[in-house]
Amino acid sequence: MPETYPQEIIDDLVDDNLDWDQLHDMMSDYKDTDRFLKIRHALQERVEWDDPIVLPYADHLYVVAKPNDRMVIKCDCGHEFCEHDENWKLEALINVRDSEADYQELYPENMHPHPDYMELREYFCPGCKTLLEVNNVMPGYPIIHEFEPDIETFYNEWIEEPIPTASG
Amino acid sequence: MSTIEQTEGEERRKEVQREKEKVAQKRNRGEGIGWNGQTLREQMAELEDRTKATDHYGGLTELPLKEEDPIRYEQMFSQLRGGLVTARETSKEVAATPIVEQEGELCYGLFTPEGDSIAVSTGIIVHIHTMSEAIKYMINHDYEESPGIEPGDVFVNNDPHIGDVHPCDVMTLIPIFHEGELIAWAGGVTHVIDTGAIGPGSMNVSQASRFGDGAHYSARKIGEDFELYNSWEKDYVDKTRTPDFLKLDERTRMTGCLMIRHVVKDMIEEYGVENYKELAREAVEDGRRGFRKRIKKTMMPGTYRGVSFVDALYEGQDNLTREYADENHIMHAPSELHVREDGTFQVSFEGANKWGWHPYNCTPAAIQGGIWVMLTQTVIPNETVNDGAYYACDFHLPVGSWANTQNTETAHAYAWHFLVSAWAPLWQHLSRGYFSRGFWEEINAGNANTSNWLQGGGIDQFGKLHAVNSFESACEGTGGQYVKDGEPYAAAIWNPEGDMGDAEVWEMTEPLPFLGRAAKPNTGGPGRRTGGSGFESLRTVKDVSRWLLYEMGNGYMTSDSGLFGGYPAATGYILNANDTDLEERFEQQEDYPQHDLDPESGAFEAAIEGDITRRPEGISTPKQFDDYGLYLNYLRGGPGVGDPLERDPEDVVDDIHDGFMLPRYAERVYGVVVEQVDEDAKHNSATAGEYAVDEAATRERREAMRGERAERAQPVSEWLKEERERIQEERDLIDDVKKTYASSMRLSDHFGEFFRSFWELPEDFEFTLSEKAEQSLKFRFDSGTRPKWDNHTMGHETWLNVEDEPYVPYTWTDRSIKDLSGPEGTFGRRGRAGDD
Repeated sequence: MPETYPQEIIDDLVDDNLDWDQLHDMMSDYKDTDRFLKIRHALQERVEWDDPIVLPYADHLYVVAKPNDRMVIKCDCGHEFCEHDENWKLEALINVRDSEADYQELYPENMHPHPDYMELREYFCPGCKTLLEVNNVMPGYPIIHEFEPDIETFYNEWIEEPIPTASG
Repeated sequence: MSTIEQTEGEERRKEVQREKEKVAQKRNRGEGIGWNGQTLREQMAELEDRTKATDHYGGLTELPLKEEDPIRYEQMFSQLRGGLVTARETSKEVAATPIVEQEGELCYGLFTPEGDSIAVSTGIIVHIHTMSEAIKYMINHDYEESPGIEPGDVFVNNDPHIGDVHPCDVMTLIPIFHEGELIAWAGGVTHVIDTGAIGPGSMNVSQASRFGDGAHYSARKIGEDFELYNSWEKDYVDKTRTPDFLKLDERTRMTGCLMIRHVVKDMIEEYGVENYKELAREAVEDGRRGFRKRIKKTMMPGTYRGVSFVDALYEGQDNLTREYADENHIMHAPSELHVREDGTFQVSFEGANKWGWHPYNCTPAAIQGGIWVMLTQTVIPNETVNDGAYYACDFHLPVGSWANTQNTETAHAYAWHFLVSAWAPLWQHLSRGYFSRGFWEEINAGNANTSNWLQGGGIDQFGKLHAVNSFESACEGTGGQYVKDGEPYAAAIWNPEGDMGDAEVWEMTEPLPFLGRAAKPNTGGPGRRTGGSGFESLRTVKDVSRWLLYEMGNGYMTSDSGLFGGYPAATGYILNANDTDLEERFEQQEDYPQHDLDPESGAFEAAIEGDITRRPEGISTPKQFDDYGLYLNYLRGGPGVGDPLERDPEDVVDDIHDGFMLPRYAERVYGVVVEQVDEDAKHNSATAGEYAVDEAATRERREAMRGERAERAQPVSEWLKEERERIQEERDLIDDVKKTYASSMRLSDHFGEFFRSFWELPEDFEFTLSEKAEQSLKFRFDSGTRPKWDNHTMGHETWLNVEDEPYVPYTWTDRSIKDLSGPEGTFGRRGRAGDD
């Protein structure tokens, strides 16, 4: 039996249209071998720009192919952050919650971190102002580069597919 | 004892005598108890050599049993697995504590003679790997020679430095023989209620070192011919406040181990010993391959990084055992996962700070066991679950850090506080990989800080010395998933079968009647998908004498992290009351507090007179409570996923109705404008009132909030400039924070280099610390190491840097992951894995 789902199911996963029973089955059952290609296809159909998606990078963010073999990190609103192997957070907007008042907008009194010990760093897309990541760190902590996918190994060795390029 | 039981016991004794005679004959021939006449140590060395030479477990490049007769292979494996689950389900009925009977805090494993797990039961399976370490310790420290490993022997261990998370997890191990050969080990663990630490409860928090952690039974033989030594039975009962409970727990473990022995014996009879041996080896190799295959199918190769923290505040606490322990600690856990081309994992905690004078330190067994349970429950739930996954992972745990103290002076009674907090980023690593591959149904922001721990003891309602350890904490909110909210009050990561337990059952063993139990609002992290809600129980104290209680959990720091714009869960706090008027309120049938749903409302304080303590810390040391005192047990929520402004407004209203969120946060956090349409309506929660969304106002408010974000935020480049100056000038950084950085920088040159280069600090930059902080670091660094193992296993190589540290690149300073591709570039000494 082929371990795969119809494209429509993956489209529904992307569009948040699956009910819990379907999701539960997907969790407990097989992992489909062609999921990546189907999800990439579904996402490519839904973005409003033409750059080929190389891979989904984080919620709202993609690694996309650009001319001259470049790959950049791009938001679904169209904002481009940086080269794919750089830390997109360095190009984002930031708001730091580091006072009792800042915390108490989100959490009741006594149910939030102590501002001397921990701050919340909120990273927004400069384009659409979507909140893309929140880091809770000690004050003074360097900005973390969370994810560096090995795109070459993934495409060349794991799925044996060509890496999408801007021309093709 | 029934006639049947007597007959079975007699049969078992006769069988053991027969087996012992065969072992004696082998000894007389100069042979060991291993296979083909080898000693156990020789057998393990050979297995390690073969594994290293071929990068296949025991040199198994093929799996003939599985490949030639897959149905029989699966039948045999399922038979073992079924036997282990049955042993657990049956034996837990022997136990008396709700910890084991209700919460299911026990598990069983079946191991190869060399101590690698073949199959596991359900339950708190973190201990599968810790038992593995304990068996390997006995082998590598020549237990075959002394005290001897014989048919019918019974061993106990609860020493974290040998193989355990913390001393309250007591394990029983029995060797299983066939025709004079050791063919397997059966092992079981229960979480016992009191280990005789300096304070009552299984995980006391006031001690600075091992010497206050409770009794340690370090891989001891405690019986033979399946009978416990008289000396053991007379010994341990005085080393606990709850001897009867420990006695029953021990019988639970013995029952389970003997049931597993039966299963193995039956299998040998049915399939033959050679097939059993082949299955044992192949199952581990199969587990290793299954892990790698699953990773290549669902994850993305590359490097994942994160960091987590948790607080352990002791400055000014009462009842500390050492003056120098009167200080605050912060756990710093940089977490790096490298998924190699071949699908194996490399997990590194390089940069972790020094261990401390608190009972939250960890040993490698605890870290590896903990991460193993998380991986088996998340990455490979459908694959063969055993130590094969361990063979597909390398762990770098810096010696001298909280993650690998290599010092038997350190305390470990509640190692979970750091352990659970430290693996929070691992969830995120996995989730980032799943996101990229499109397996969105698997994405999960993380797990709750598994607290509060209600513990204590004294003279109980029956007039007896007693200790309590509420395991309501086995039931926390889980992390938000990409496709749905986290589960409210559902589980704890260390026990996939966790449960809050029946209040009535807790009341039978604890003199702490429940005044209320409810979902606790605003505990789950906000997000498009919220973290699962925590809950709270308000307990009073009744019919006690010299009764102590204390709290344990995070307070000043949230240890989990939100994902993709979701927020971390709320932190803990402490709420107690003593000298209350609760008795009078009962007599006069007046209102009394049942909850603390809204800590800002003043409702609790309005409903009770007394000496009330409300403070934002999460840890307290044992303090006396008298009858009608009050204690809030607040169990945490999970972290959220995604931007809260993307949450469906109707879900926000459900959050209010379900008691997961106080109404005033709907607009503040989610931009959802709600109005109360009915003041008295009741939902299935402690929240009163019916709310409805104002859709137009919500659209407007959300749009405005996006604008406010833009006004409030600044480009990271600008912020970095300001922040760099702040660090360079050490402005607005408290001593506890600077001490934590200094500790990591002294322990790890890599982290020091990373920190200095990121903030463009001089090469010789060091934080200016107070005299007290300097002394604290000096005392701890001067303590050096006191390792427990004389002879390490090959599996320890990745963290064992006692003499010659393996090269571990710190990629936080080097973005070129190509330099990391493959084991050669990482842990050097391990060979590259072959194709499966």
